[in-house]
Amino acid sequence: MTRINVTVDGVGYEDEVEPRTLLVHYLRETLGKTGTVVGCDTSNCGACTVHLDGRSVKSCNVLAVQADGHEVTTIEGLAQDGELHPMQRAFHDCHALQCGYCTPGMIMQAIDVLNDNPHPSEEQIRVGLEGNLCRCTGYHNIVKAVQQAADEGSTAGASAGATAGGAQ
Amino acid sequence: MIPARFDYVAPTSVADALSALAEAGDDAKVMAGGQSLLPILRMRLNAPETVVDLGRIEELRGVRDEGDHVVIGAMTTYADVLASDLVRQHAGVLTDAIEEVADPQIRHRGTVGGALVHADPAGDVGAPVLALDAELVVTGPGGERTVPAAEFFRDLFETAVGEGELLTAIRIPKHTGWGSRYEKFVRVAHQWSIVAVAATVRVEGGAIAEARIGLTNMGSTPLRATAVEQALVGKAATEDAVREACAAAAEGTNPPSDLNGDADYRKHLATVLTRRAVLAAAGA
Repeated sequence: MTRINVTVDGVGYEDEVEPRTLLVHYLRETLGKTGTVVGCDTSNCGACTVHLDGRSVKSCNVLAVQADGHEVTTIEGLAQDGELHPMQRAFHDCHALQCGYCTPGMIMQAIDVLNDNPHPSEEQIRVGLEGNLCRCTGYHNIVKAVQQAADEGSTAGASAGATAGGAQ
Repeated sequence: MIPARFDYVAPTSVADALSALAEAGDDAKVMAGGQSLLPILRMRLNAPETVVDLGRIEELRGVRDEGDHVVIGAMTTYADVLASDLVRQHAGVLTDAIEEVADPQIRHRGTVGGALVHADPAGDVGAPVLALDAELVVTGPGGERTVPAAEFFRDLFETAVGEGELLTAIRIPKHTGWGSRYEKFVRVAHQWSIVAVAATVRVEGGAIAEARIGLTNMGSTPLRATAVEQALVGKAATEDAVREACAAAAEGTNPPSDLNGDADYRKHLATVLTRRAVLAAAGA
């Protein structure tokens, strides 16, 4: 077992983990943060996307021990004081989901896209989301939601109060 | 899917990493960004006793200017290389290729050094590194040695980095003012290259003065299309002249046959993609 210190959604945790524990399993099973889901389990689909020090990563492709000393933001850390994050609001407004399974990862990656480029073209949004698969093929409204969030000026600092000032 | 149990070591210096490797013996695996290694461990295609994680070695990160070379620390992520104006300006074909690697999440974690040592022939960084005549700095218990890219790739998943050694840096001679293009052929988003071509050319007075071409997934290692490089010298940067010179792009290659295409198809792709890459690199 290896001792790790990780900040997740603004709260510090200290835990003993097996080195082979994947970050996504640590989040779900140790911390109970089941908002982050396991999709393909082969690092293709992006459903498990979270932010590590402010940059998007696939949490099924990172070991929990690699997150030692770092900050993680999950979908559960986005809403502040009961208010949805602007990207969550945009997904809701634009009906950017069907079954909803890809949504946590889509939203986390969509925020990363705007952090990189606050005013992306439609093409840049689609390329920025290329590591996230929607099995319902509901991409059209997902792209519209990201455009709406971009138009509202939902950018970097807003990615999560918890990681404001996180490494960029 | 979770990996088999392993011991985990996270040294904070190259010296400590080399000691950890020596101590762990022959069943240790080095982890860079882990973006290729973790899927392998999860699928249990490999089950090392010890994983030595280089992720906490700051001295291996970053891009620096060393006169006529750009030096990339082996643990520099794809995303950090993409953000580097030095690389874009002096080794543009590497930037072009990295833009095509996997997806943004993978590029935030994956490293250039990790990809080079993993040496998947369908990986995108081998061909540009070969085309740019880079030198690979390999560090072991006995010190540092430099391996030319042409001697670095030995075979499928095999490089000049020996047991107990680490790739620590990539030294790229500046190709300032050279045009560049990475032409990657895939069927779906964030796929490994079926075939790709890295081209960088220097144009002088409308003619191609020098050309360097690297091929991805046309054999068990990245390859140089030397016949094309020679044929391009002095040619006008026009469709017809470049087409003729690029006809030999598949010469001496031995591409795989798989579900994505057979060897003959890949050879055809290589000539088409080389022509497109050279024309784009020449600004034609």
